[in-house]
Amino acid sequence: MNQESFEPRLVGFLCNWCSYTGADLAGTARMTYAPNVRIIRVMCTGRVDPQFVLKAFREGADGVLISGCHPGDCHYQEGNYKALRRHRLLTRLLEQFGIEKERFRLEWVSASEGAKFQQVCNELTERIRKLGPLNFGGNGGGRHV
Amino acid sequence: MSDPKPKVAFYWCSSCGGCEESIVDLGEDILKVVAAVDIVYWPVALDFKKKDLEAMPDGSIAVAFINGSIRMSEQEEMAHLLRRKSQLVVAHGACAHLGGVPGLANFWNKETIFRTVYHTTVSTANPGGAEPQPETVLDGKTLTLPEFWDTVCPLNAVIEVDYYLPGCAPHRDLIMSAVTAILEGKLPPKGSVLAPNTSCCDECSRNKTKPEKLVIKEIKRPYEVIFDPEKCFLAQGLICMGPATRGGCGERCIEGNMPCRGCMGPTDQVHDQGAKFLSALASILEANDEKEIDRIVGSIDDPAGTFYRFSLPSSLLRRKKMEAVR
Repeated sequence: MNQESFEPRLVGFLCNWCSYTGADLAGTARMTYAPNVRIIRVMCTGRVDPQFVLKAFREGADGVLISGCHPGDCHYQEGNYKALRRHRLLTRLLEQFGIEKERFRLEWVSASEGAKFQQVCNELTERIRKLGPLNFGGNGGGRHV
Repeated sequence: MSDPKPKVAFYWCSSCGGCEESIVDLGEDILKVVAAVDIVYWPVALDFKKKDLEAMPDGSIAVAFINGSIRMSEQEEMAHLLRRKSQLVVAHGACAHLGGVPGLANFWNKETIFRTVYHTTVSTANPGGAEPQPETVLDGKTLTLPEFWDTVCPLNAVIEVDYYLPGCAPHRDLIMSAVTAILEGKLPPKGSVLAPNTSCCDECSRNKTKPEKLVIKEIKRPYEVIFDPEKCFLAQGLICMGPATRGGCGERCIEGNMPCRGCMGPTDQVHDQGAKFLSALASILEANDEKEIDRIVGSIDDPAGTFYRFSLPSSLLRRKKMEAVR
């Protein structure tokens, strides 16, 4: 796949209460933005098991977005803080596997921030388009003699 | 006439020899095992050759215990041969089960490992720059060596495995109950790990000292502190893999006042031990401020190597991205 025809495949875990509603708002307000993020709705960013992120990368995602309520606004008090701590530690771990930190992004998007969701999707897509495909899926299963 | 005693084979692949030791550690119980079975192949202890194994009819061995991970072509070949000759194959120990400590080499590849081992270490004197080759022609004759791979695999990546005996090395009680179950034909469903499906914390003698709300403000490394011999290691700020690790190990590390390193692998519900431990550890760090989080997270030395100490080749990502290895 050459660089010009490369369309980043991105997976976005969005919390039910803020970011998913924010993404919905971007849609109902007919904002246009990069369609590269495949959205998965979760009840809270605290529900995003690091295994989900690793699996997304292994199955061919070029980037992963986790988006939730702003600090202090979590529907479950502190799920987003847990997500923040996991994101920081997981970013370090991913770098040890050769996955650049730009490919794993955490954002706070509230239910009223449709425009911010639009901007996050556009920015992330462009950044990863520049980085190129990750191609982790074909990695390591074989023995690379 | 055929021997009525079931035939058993032991083999080692990429391992340290500790699993062989775990058989000898059965102590007097090994006499019961030897009385009940006929050991037909065990390179570390008995003088049988590969051709003896090849001469046995397919499926004539009741059970083969294979330890060690798969790192070279020879190990894959032997694993296939033993699979063909055996009715049951048991992955014996953490390396065969998950990839084990040798699996940490998956953060590198053949080229970088050879560069270090044959060229750049201070103690290496290799003026000709020689490296092992799969084939070398010498005086018109071809000499061969096994091929060294870029990636270490657990046993189940190359052959079908019937049961897993976890641990580094497996506890003698687990080995004895596995052998007894095989001899009596009372085996759990194929593919089972022959150990309890509960976490290490579940049986830990220090569990009762765990505070109601477990939080960590500072991560400490073992050399930095004198361990309290009774208190939960996580409550002391020490990385203990117990919450993400299967129990049944006999708590030998804990009894020796050392935190769990995770050799038993994850429980059945978990795919990726390292990710699950990362999740648990991050959630108990006491910090909500980004700078403070970065400081604590930054103080963890080598998170991937620590969380995947025994399970990298069987983790979701399995290895470092090949193109990123330098």
